[in-house]
Amino acid sequence: MDQTTQEAQTDFRGRRPRVPGEEAYLEVTDLQVRFPTADGVVQAVDGLTYSLPLGRTLAIVGESGSGKSVSSMAVMGLHDRKSTFMSGSIKIGGREIIGMSEQELNTVRGVEAAMIFQDPQSSMHPYFTVGDQIMESYRQHNKVSKKAAKTRAVEMLDRVGIPNPQRRVDQYPHEFSGGMRQRAMIAMALVNDPKLLIADEPTTALDVTVQAQILDLIADLQRDFGSAVVFITHDLGVVAEIADDILVMYAGNAVEHGPVEKILGTPLHPYAWGLLESIPAVSGTPGPLHPIPGAPPSLLAMPSGCAFHPRCEFRERVPGDMCRTLRPELIARTADTGRASRCHLKDPDRVFETEVLPRLP
Amino acid sequence: MLLYFLRRAASAISVIFATLVASYALFLLAPTDPVGTICGPKCTPDRAADISAALHLEDPALQQIGVYLKGIVAGREYEIGGTVRECDAPCLGYSFALGRPVTELIADALPVTLSIVLGGAVVYFSVGVLVGTLAARHRGTTLDRVAVGSSLTINSVPYFIVVLLVALYATNVVLPAAQYTSLLENPLAWASGLLAAWITLGLTNAASYTRYSRASMIESLGQDYVRTARSKGISERRVVYRHGVRAGLTPVVTIVGLDIAYQLTNTLFTESIFGLPGLGRLTLNAFNTYDLPVLLGSVLVGSTVLVTMNLIIDILYTFLDPRVRLA
Ligand SMILES: Nc1ncnc2c1ncn2[C@@H]1O[C@H](COP(=O)(O)OP(=O)(O)OP(=O)(O)O)[C@@H](O)[C@H]1O
Ligand code: SF4
Ligand SMILES: [Mg+2]
Repeated sequence: MDQTTQEAQTDFRGRRPRVPGEEAYLEVTDLQVRFPTADGVVQAVDGLTYSLPLGRTLAIVGESGSGKSVSSMAVMGLHDRKSTFMSGSIKIGGREIIGMSEQELNTVRGVEAAMIFQDPQSSMHPYFTVGDQIMESYRQHNKVSKKAAKTRAVEMLDRVGIPNPQRRVDQYPHEFSGGMRQRAMIAMALVNDPKLLIADEPTTALDVTVQAQILDLIADLQRDFGSAVVFITHDLGVVAEIADDILVMYAGNAVEHGPVEKILGTPLHPYAWGLLESIPAVSGTPGPLHPIPGAPPSLLAMPSGCAFHPRCEFRERVPGDMCRTLRPELIARTADTGRASRCHLKDPDRVFETEVLPRLP
Repeated sequence: MLLYFLRRAASAISVIFATLVASYALFLLAPTDPVGTICGPKCTPDRAADISAALHLEDPALQQIGVYLKGIVAGREYEIGGTVRECDAPCLGYSFALGRPVTELIADALPVTLSIVLGGAVVYFSVGVLVGTLAARHRGTTLDRVAVGSSLTINSVPYFIVVLLVALYATNVVLPAAQYTSLLENPLAWASGLLAAWITLGLTNAASYTRYSRASMIESLGQDYVRTARSKGISERRVVYRHGVRAGLTPVVTIVGLDIAYQLTNTLFTESIFGLPGLGRLTLNAFNTYDLPVLLGSVLVGSTVLVTMNLIIDILYTFLDPRVRLA
């Protein structure tokens, strides 16, 4: 481990309150990702902006199709240039990713930034051993012998809690269980001590106990390595457990962004309220569930004004049909905490406390 | 693992044995007057009696097959017109029309066919895979469209017409004349004499292989694990040629195995038009002269080739795809 990560480790241990003005490691500004298709242009990400300093975990939540994976893959430079339009800016450690050459991208991917994918079943190559795949990543970025790389692979497997790593290193992915395979994926992602780790629903395919173990593992590793972590999930329970900040995405954009306790405690955006109402109570008695009415908008033809307005039960509260005609900006709502939401409502905190909170499960 | 191979080998042997019994019955036990057929138009009663005796055609069916099997294992003798002809093991019968043991005829012809087919396979596999992979990697570009377009064009012409055209226009003008020289005797002459056949067989099949490998590579390049490979920061070339090709070519290798097996028993046009004395031509001639023993022998060799190739592919597959190994 080099000097800077050593420092980062002591610097960023554990959760800390957000310090305004803290230097961002990942900085996404007005990101647009469009896919031209036969049916028209799919606007998968539409002006997304967020930033993340080292040592913090950002959870990105939102319905299926809201652009969580697409925006994160853009951060890793994984979209096919020929069939994707991208604009805006993505900076990792100050380096601009958009428009970077493949060759230069490869000095970022796998070493500065690494990604764990949703499905461990299909994300590892079935024809290469687990060790081989970890070693490939390590040797790409470090001039070391095969033997040294293998030692490193064994060490990483051990680190992520795979028993018997000397034997496991020579096995193929299909000889691993789902949870073990996800651990191996994590080992592979972390083999070069990346400063940014993106985990795209890393636990969705796993059963609950394994899920909890993997979450603990990521949290542990994050503490040890002091990296910035982007954690994509559907599960607000997971968010509460692991994240410092939340970014709620809707139709390719952030609708609410801020510290986790604030947003889970008093969310300010009607879509976030809908999300809270649609999950079963984490602790209490099972109550009725209220799925958000309607369906996410077509990315081929975004609604005018607020993208959420066709499904929003509060749009009548805003005078002058603004919800339908004017797109709200993502703006700071309260002075103290650096939280922001994208909604025309004047008094969202009051609406939440008086109308939404009483009917939460 | 070993058990799996033994089981596969045992089933391969039983398939060959079943083919043997069935084709023996069809050719020599059928109520089609095999003696008259083999004896041919210039038949004399003496010769007919010789043939009947030599083939034990008067014996019960099982005993006949027993004699035939024993010949394969231990060799046998044929007595024709008062002289005894040796037929060494593995004796697959005796061609009364050509006056030679079938095994000898096949042993002469098989290397020719093997040379044509294996040489052609090298051409079509390498050209097809290379072009297909390039087309997949540059999908939608002019290169891709030209590759797919010419592949379809080549495949829309019947094979025998391609052979005929090459034989008419290319040999003697562009390519050396087709002829067979043993590889052991003169490797250079062997290669130059077979070049025309290799190119014909190679290019027509390369057209199909371009499309197989293109489709297979497109599929494999779209897999999640290829995306994972990209996310590791390895070069695009390594992503395509290590991760993509490794998965994309495995199914293509299986097709090659089956195609080689098929071609070994179906080089009729290539051999006849280029005048190469291989298995296909031997069979065709035997067909014209109703040389039943030769036909029987070729069927047996053909089925053995097919079954063996299948066995080889299965074994190869367990090495190519680690997921099959434990099964
Ligand atoms: N290559 C592509 N071409 C066209 N459309 C695409 C492409 N990739 C993604 N999309 C579309 O972009 C939208 C956003 O997809 P994305 O995968 O980011 O959703 P997500 O938020 O990750 O959802 P999930 O929770 O289901 O993973 C989807 O509607 C998807 O169909
Ligand atoms: S802007 Fe209007 S429609 Fe959009 S979330 Fe706020 S209240 Fe609802
Ligand atoms: Mg996703």
